[in-house]
Amino acid sequence: MTQLIVNDVSVSFPLYHAESRSLKKTVLAAASGRLGEDSRHRLTVEALRGVSFTLNTGDRLGFIGSNGAGKTTLLRTMAGIYEPVGGSITIEGAVTALLDPGQGMNPDLTGNENIRLRALFNGYSEARIRELQEDVAAFAGLDQFLALPVRTYSSGMVVRLGFAMATAIRAQILLMDEWLLAGDASFLDKARQRLETMVRGAEILVLSSHRPDILLQWCNRLIWLDGGTVKADGTPEEVLAAYLPADQFTHAMETAGKTA
Amino acid sequence: MVDAAPPFRYRQPMHMIAPGQDTAGPGSPPPDAPPAKRLVIAASHSWRERLRLALADIADTARLWPLVWTLSLFDIRLRYRGSLLGPLWLTLSTAIMVGAIGVLYARLFHQDVGDYLPFLTISLVLWTFISTVASDATTCFTQADAMIRSMRMPHSVHAARVVMRNMLVLGHNVVVIAVVFALFGTRPGLDSFTLLPGFLLWLADGFAASLLLGLFGARFRDIPPIIASIMQIAFYVTPIMWNPAMLAHRGLAKAFVELNPFYALLEIIRGPLLGQPLNPGAWHLAVIYSLGLFLVTGLVFTRARPRLPYWL
Repeated sequence: MTQLIVNDVSVSFPLYHAESRSLKKTVLAAASGRLGEDSRHRLTVEALRGVSFTLNTGDRLGFIGSNGAGKTTLLRTMAGIYEPVGGSITIEGAVTALLDPGQGMNPDLTGNENIRLRALFNGYSEARIRELQEDVAAFAGLDQFLALPVRTYSSGMVVRLGFAMATAIRAQILLMDEWLLAGDASFLDKARQRLETMVRGAEILVLSSHRPDILLQWCNRLIWLDGGTVKADGTPEEVLAAYLPADQFTHAMETAGKTA
Repeated sequence: MVDAAPPFRYRQPMHMIAPGQDTAGPGSPPPDAPPAKRLVIAASHSWRERLRLALADIADTARLWPLVWTLSLFDIRLRYRGSLLGPLWLTLSTAIMVGAIGVLYARLFHQDVGDYLPFLTISLVLWTFISTVASDATTCFTQADAMIRSMRMPHSVHAARVVMRNMLVLGHNVVVIAVVFALFGTRPGLDSFTLLPGFLLWLADGFAASLLLGLFGARFRDIPPIIASIMQIAFYVTPIMWNPAMLAHRGLAKAFVELNPFYALLEIIRGPLLGQPLNPGAWHLAVIYSLGLFLVTGLVFTRARPRLPYWL
């Protein structure tokens, strides 16, 4: 069974100033016996504080909150990229994280070469790599472009490639940041169809977005993050009613085709 | 973190999910879903726990060797994309350098070209490997920041990539050694079987040094230029262009030779190739320095591994 448990997770970033990051400062501090004090009083930004929730099969969770509320950091922590300084993350199931359009792709390599690297990362055989390349080409509609370096792509094409690649590799837990919405309307429709088939196959989707209508359409649970803590957790309608001003909420409900 | 297999270990059949191809009914589990494995990432300060995670990281890299190989191959291919001769330049530039420097220095040092050129060729090719690994290593994590920040993957992949890439370069340069040996009739000695353990020690050292320098380079951005200047000094101090025998009568060679880790490492490969007898002193030194390197790298990697993504 697919599950994702976030238990009392805290993440803080050390603040390295241009100087304190350098060896000079560390050596000088050590020489003058201030190193210990330095590391105890090191400035940190607390990006997440005591965040807890559990996701089970079929959950489609959305994150909402102002810029800097910790949405992306939380997604990165859930993907296992940032290891928390407090608490724990338990993941059951294969995770795919679509955190930025580049997806860790090397812009100088061609689309096909980047697909090959991703496939090898997932332990694919040569035959499957070719299948994957065909699948991505068909979905992203990039056929002849896949032989060109990724840096020659438009930003929309990079998004399409990243999305197609990440979703063609089977994952039970999909973490997505809002960059996906850079695609055009026809791509968004295609993307949603593809995601729906994935989520229907008993999986977990976590989506971070600023767009209430998208969250209303795609999610069945919403968490409002504020200053690195969970401010509200409930159905999208409940949380958005509290998060948005009344007129915007009504408008979002209309756009999403739901009645309040 | 790794209770069982981490997610990237799955060897699962691919599921085609192009629109309209959906075969799984609503709610039914997909037929090819692998059994869910548990991955626990907990903030832990116990050294035992951290060591387990560090070892798991390295074991995962070993499992991902096709990825490491392809990354290295693409690195070389990218460097020479659009060039007429391509990676042949690796071989050619080494050949040109060896030819030019070899003839000049043979005269400067009053050496016979037939003896000096094979020595210089091996030395330069091996030193290129050492110094390029050292300089690449300092940026191995900072240059892979996009990959590190976009998905969970073992960090040691990037260290292994540095070693593998430079092995490929070394492979191109071996051609020059072979040609020089054929021209001057140099024969490897009877102790050539020690090349294999020597080579394995080089690989392990290169990997450990890449991890260590990569971590320091990610945390302290002054490390790359510091390492670059240290390696430059090491080049002149170590018997690479000169043979310790040449300076023995001046009493200079000993100090540079007896404590110099680079000399020991070079000697365990260079000696047997040039047909010299086994050098137990060099082997002792090489093994002791390597064990020291492994210990320091183990401590630093175990301690710093979870923090690395925060430094990029």
